[in-house]
Amino acid sequence: MIARRKLGLALLLAVVACKGNQPSDAPAPKSSEAAPEAKKDEAISLNGAGATFPYPLYSKWISEYNKLYPSVKINYQSIGSGGGIRQIIAGTVDFGATDAPMKEDEAKQAPGKLFHIPATIGAVVVAYNLPEVTSTLKLSPEVLVDIYAGKIKKWNDAKIKADNADAKLPAKEISVVYRTDGSGTTAVFTDYLAKISADWKEKIGAGKSVNWPTGLGAKGNEGVTGQVKTTPYTIGYIERAYASQNKLPMVELKNKAGKFVAPTIEAMSAAAEAVEMPDELFVSLSNADGEGAYPITGYSYLLVYENAKDPVKGEALAKYLWWGLHDGQKFSKDLDYAPLPAKVLTKVEARLKELRSGDKKLLSGA
Amino acid sequence: MTTSHEVSLVRGRSRILTRFGREVNWGDFVFRRSTALIAGLVIAALAAMAFAMIQASRESLAKFGVGFVFSSVWDPVRDIYGALPFIFGTLASSLLALVFAVPVSLGVAIFLSELAPSWLRGPVGFLVELLAAVPSVVYGLWGIFVLAPWLRDTVEPLLGKVLGFLPLFQGAQHGFGMLAGGIILAIMITPTISSVSREVLRAVPSALREGALGLGATPWESVRVAVLPYARSGLVGAIILGLGRALGETMAITMVIGNRAEISSSLFAPSYTMASVIANEFTEATGQLYLSALAEVGLLLFVVTVLLNVVARLLVWRVGRLPEGGRL
Repeated sequence: MIARRKLGLALLLAVVACKGNQPSDAPAPKSSEAAPEAKKDEAISLNGAGATFPYPLYSKWISEYNKLYPSVKINYQSIGSGGGIRQIIAGTVDFGATDAPMKEDEAKQAPGKLFHIPATIGAVVVAYNLPEVTSTLKLSPEVLVDIYAGKIKKWNDAKIKADNADAKLPAKEISVVYRTDGSGTTAVFTDYLAKISADWKEKIGAGKSVNWPTGLGAKGNEGVTGQVKTTPYTIGYIERAYASQNKLPMVELKNKAGKFVAPTIEAMSAAAEAVEMPDELFVSLSNADGEGAYPITGYSYLLVYENAKDPVKGEALAKYLWWGLHDGQKFSKDLDYAPLPAKVLTKVEARLKELRSGDKKLLSGA
Repeated sequence: MTTSHEVSLVRGRSRILTRFGREVNWGDFVFRRSTALIAGLVIAALAAMAFAMIQASRESLAKFGVGFVFSSVWDPVRDIYGALPFIFGTLASSLLALVFAVPVSLGVAIFLSELAPSWLRGPVGFLVELLAAVPSVVYGLWGIFVLAPWLRDTVEPLLGKVLGFLPLFQGAQHGFGMLAGGIILAIMITPTISSVSREVLRAVPSALREGALGLGATPWESVRVAVLPYARSGLVGAIILGLGRALGETMAITMVIGNRAEISSSLFAPSYTMASVIANEFTEATGQLYLSALAEVGLLLFVVTVLLNVVARLLVWRVGRLPEGGRL
C-alpha cells in the first residue's frame, strides 16, 4: 500500500519535472527519443494581456492565426489597459495592450525599451435614448461638454435645440451615464472633452477614471449600453460596436471642420489620415482635422520589448504582429474597427523590423 | 506508570504522558496538535492579509494619513484620494438592506418553524435557501433590467409624491441608486438570515412553547413570550451573518447603485461602496499612489468589517446575558 503510494508520488514528481523542462530550449541530453527536427516544430506559446476595447479583434486574429500556424499558441487576456501595462513591465506576458499610451514614469519602470505598436483604430460614440425623437440627434462639442459638466440639464435646452431645429425635444431631465470602471474608452472620451473645453481640462481633466461632475456610473460598456437602452432620456458614451450591435442611435458630432459627422468606419479612417503619426508611434486622434473625420477616435496599441529575451518566442511574436498588421486588418470593419492607414502602416513596418533579440533581428526575412 | 515522556502501550493503544504527568491517548495528542495548527493557520492567514494590505497601502497612508478617511474627493486624474463617500455608501447600503431584510427574514423563519403546516416547511425553506445560490451577477442584471426601471417609473415617483417632504425621498429619480442597492442587498441576504434564524428557532425546546400554550397563550403570544426571547442571541448572530454578506457584496450592488462618489441624504441618489470602487478601478489603475489608495480602501473595508463583527459579538454576548423570557 505504502509502496504503491510512493511510486505514485515518484511518478507525479517525474511528470512535474518534465513539465518544468518543456518550454525552455535548454539542451536535454537524456530525452534521446525526441528527434531534433521535431523539437523545432514544438508548440510556442505567446501570452498577452491588456485592453478590453480591441479584444474582439485580437481574439479574431488569434483564432485566424492559429488556423494558419497551429504550432503557435497565443493567449490574450482582456484584463484592462492598466493591467496590461503592469504585466508587460513585470515581464509576466510577452506582449501588452493598451488604449492610452504609457506614461513616462511607467515606461521608466520597465526593464527594457518598450515599443508602442498601433494595431487598430476605434471610436467612442455618444448613444442616447429619446423616445420622441426620430431624427438623428446632432450635437456640437461645446454642448456635449456642457451636458457632461451638468450645465445643460434639460433635453429642450436652447443650445441643443439650436442644432436640432426639426426634432421635438422633450422637456425632460438629461440622465447622464458614464463608465465607472477605469477604461480606455473613458480615456479617449475625456481626452476629447478636455481638448474642447479648457474649463473641463482644468477642473476634471482626462484619464481612465475621472471625478465626474454629474451623472450615474455604470460598469463596463455593457453596463452603459444597458442603462441607455432601458432608461428613457439618457445619454452615454460607449464603443461603437456596442451601439451598433444593440441598435442604439448615435449622436452626430460636429468636428473641427464644422461638419456634423456620424461615427462610420470611413469617418474613423479620415481622422487617422488627418493626423501625422510621430516617431514614437502614439498620438491622440481626438478632435482631428479633416472634413469627414469623426472627432472621438483613437488608436489602440500593443506593447512589446524591443529586445526579446527569448529569440524563439520573440521571432514568433514579431511574425504574428506582422501578420496582424497586414492580413489581420481585413477583419477590422466587421468588428467595428477601422484599419490602419497605409502611411501609418509603413512607419509601423519599420518599427517592427527593429525588433531584435540580442544582435539578431527578428524579422530579417519579412 | 512512568513519569517520563515516553510512549507506553496500554491495552493495545499507544499512550503518551504530558508535561503534567497525565496520560493522553496518542491519537488524541496528534488530533489536538493538528487541529490547533489548522486554527493557527487561519489566524496567520488573517494576519498575513492585514500585513499585505498595509504594505500595499503604505504610500497612500503616508501621503494622506487620517485625512483619507474623512476626505470625500476621489480624483484619479489629480491623484487626490479620499474614501469617505465609499465608507458611507457601504455602511448605508448595508444598513438599508438590514432594514428591509430583517423583518422579512424573521417572518419567514417564524412562519417556517412555528406556524407553517409541516408539508409546506420543506419546499418553502428550500426555495428561500435557493435564493442564496443565485450568482450575484444575475441579481445585478435583474436589478438593471427589472428593478431599476420599476423603481424609476413606479416606486420613486410615488414615494416622492407622498413622502417628498423628507430629505430621504427628494431629488432626481433615476431608479439606480441607494434604494436599488439596498433592495438588491436585502434580497441577497434574506436567505442567509432566514435559514440561520430558522435553525435557531428550531433549537428552542418544545417545552417552552408547550408551556406557553398550556398557560393559554395564542400562537403569536407563545412566539413572542417564549420562543423569541430564548432565541434572541442566535437571531442577532443570524442578522450579523447577513450584514457581513451585505458589506462585502460587490458585483450586484455595483450594477445598480449608480457608482457616484457622493454623500447624499436621499435614497434616490446614486452612491458608491468600498468593494465597488476596488472592483471598478483596480484593473485599470496605473500609478503607484492610485493603486496604493485602492489598497487602502481595501484595508478600510477590512477594518470596518472587523470592527462591525466585534460590535456584533459584544451585542450577541450582551443579548445572551439578558434575562430569558418575556412578559405578556
